[in-house]
Amino acid sequence: MTVSRRRVRAITRKELHEYRRNAAVVLAMAILPLVFLIQPLIQVFTLPPSAATALRHEHALLYMLAVPVLVPAVLAAYAVVGERLQGTLEPVIATPISREELLLGKALAAFIPSIAVAYGVFALFVAIVEIFAQPVVASAFIRGPELLAQLLFTPPLAAWSIWVGIAVSARASDPRTAGQLALLLSLPTVAITTLVAFGVVPATLPTALVLGAVLLLLDLLGWRAASAVVDRERLVTDAT
Amino acid sequence: MAGLGAPALSVRHLSKRFGDQIAFDDVCFEVELGEVFGFLGPNGAGKTTTVRTLGTLLAPTSGSATVAGLPLTPDNSAQIRRRIAIMPESPGLYLRLSVLENLRCFADLYEIPDPAGRIEHALRAVNLAGRAQDVCGALSKGMRQRVALARALLADPQVLFLDEPTSGLDPVAAREVHALIDGLRRRGVTVFLTTHRLQEAERQCDRVAILNTTLRMIGRPGELRERLFGRTLTVRTAGSLDDPGRVFAGLPGVRGWRPEGTAGYVVEVSEPEMAAPAVTRALVAAGADVLSISRTRHSLEDVYLELIDQDEPGSPT
Ligand SMILES: Nc1ncnc2c1ncn2[C@@H]1O[C@H](COP(=O)(O)OP(=O)(O)O)[C@@H](O)[C@H]1O
Ligand SMILES: [Mg+2]
Repeated sequence: MTVSRRRVRAITRKELHEYRRNAAVVLAMAILPLVFLIQPLIQVFTLPPSAATALRHEHALLYMLAVPVLVPAVLAAYAVVGERLQGTLEPVIATPISREELLLGKALAAFIPSIAVAYGVFALFVAIVEIFAQPVVASAFIRGPELLAQLLFTPPLAAWSIWVGIAVSARASDPRTAGQLALLLSLPTVAITTLVAFGVVPATLPTALVLGAVLLLLDLLGWRAASAVVDRERLVTDAT
Repeated sequence: MAGLGAPALSVRHLSKRFGDQIAFDDVCFEVELGEVFGFLGPNGAGKTTTVRTLGTLLAPTSGSATVAGLPLTPDNSAQIRRRIAIMPESPGLYLRLSVLENLRCFADLYEIPDPAGRIEHALRAVNLAGRAQDVCGALSKGMRQRVALARALLADPQVLFLDEPTSGLDPVAAREVHALIDGLRRRGVTVFLTTHRLQEAERQCDRVAILNTTLRMIGRPGELRERLFGRTLTVRTAGSLDDPGRVFAGLPGVRGWRPEGTAGYVVEVSEPEMAAPAVTRALVAAGADVLSISRTRHSLEDVYLELIDQDEPGSPT
């Protein structure tokens, strides 16, 4: 089974066009990340420099890993059920497209803006802190290894959320329920990144490796599960 | 390509159930290349499910079919979808996208070479050449239907399924769609058209199948009328007959009769052409003044209503 890049790209491009013209999506993509930016910024700017050195066990940056978990979950949750309700899925699956191509196209469409938003928010945070915070505070909050972990963990976290979102979406009967359920199912992931961020789970290299391995495994299983759920017959059966 | 003379669609004992619910049952028919074939039935008759099944979106419960020259099997489904196009009941356009963006997406899904040229061609075919940049959400229902038709034409399908293409359209928009279907016929496109509108089937289609879960009848629109209702004669006499039973009984080709009005009779016959002279002679011999004797005219609508009312298919007795 060969995957046609042209078909995958067609789906991705069409989804991105649609997102861009959907005010609700644009708003959600803008607000959600800001919520996760505000809390660490308050922390940074309310912290007296003298306390900064005591901050070794908090990882404000990692806290923001919630962004690549939650943003794609919302996008992906809409991906299947939204289209099915509008009746736009039937003409698509009546073309030669394969289930994998459809799934990849949709996943990429959620992945690209999510990663862009997540990296954008991180960059914004780093920039604000570096420019406006006291140097001691800045160096307490922004540390090389953490930044690296942040960058590396973002894509697989987003991928996991996307598979969960798509699987939920394929079975849901309306987009709102799908969105809520997908967010709910992403909470365990957010809980783990938060526990690491607050130092409950030590943010060490072994932790990173173990969590990373688990995450990649989940991504693989998620892809399998999502493609099992997105079945042509089911996509058309509940429509109209 | 399907071989020369091979039917575009060949359906044998095809059935589809959803759990206990039977969508259509034991359906058999063939559609020739270049034919406009009507699939007529009331709501819930199983028309859409038939289209989806032949279009590989649903797996049949039993039976077999060939679609555009390929056996309908899971292995063939992508290949079949390359050769056909379906215009579903609701156009299903991306309303936030422009006409061009919608068509561009589908040109890519069909991997059409020279998408720009094909899109332009398809838009011209549905008289929407100037509307490529319009956002679909701003188009009227009729125009959306035409965009959906253009989308279905993009890949130059061997068989085009149109599922109730005029439902919900005003008469003007419906007439435009009818003109487009006429255009398709002239170009030799094989069209499988479902409709619950009798007149549409009668006017647009070379042959019509009447479906109500099971297939009730297939034929040219004129034949359908003949086959079910062409077999009666209506007799009018100046006064009522003394003993109509004796007049009609035993005549060749006469199966029965019933009175209609005070001096009228409907005579059931096997072959109107053969029975009419005999009936006339018998009436004259009985001393009746015959005012008229004619084959009963029924609209296709009568045929249709009669057929879909029957619980079981079968010939009238
Ligand atoms: N996905 C489905 N699940 C269960 N029943 C269905 C489904 N789709 C259609 N049906 C049933 O099958 C029958 C035929 O439906 P349909 O093919 O849509 O008819 P039509 O297009 O002629 O109006 C109806 O009774 C309908 O309720
Ligand atoms: Mg229907």
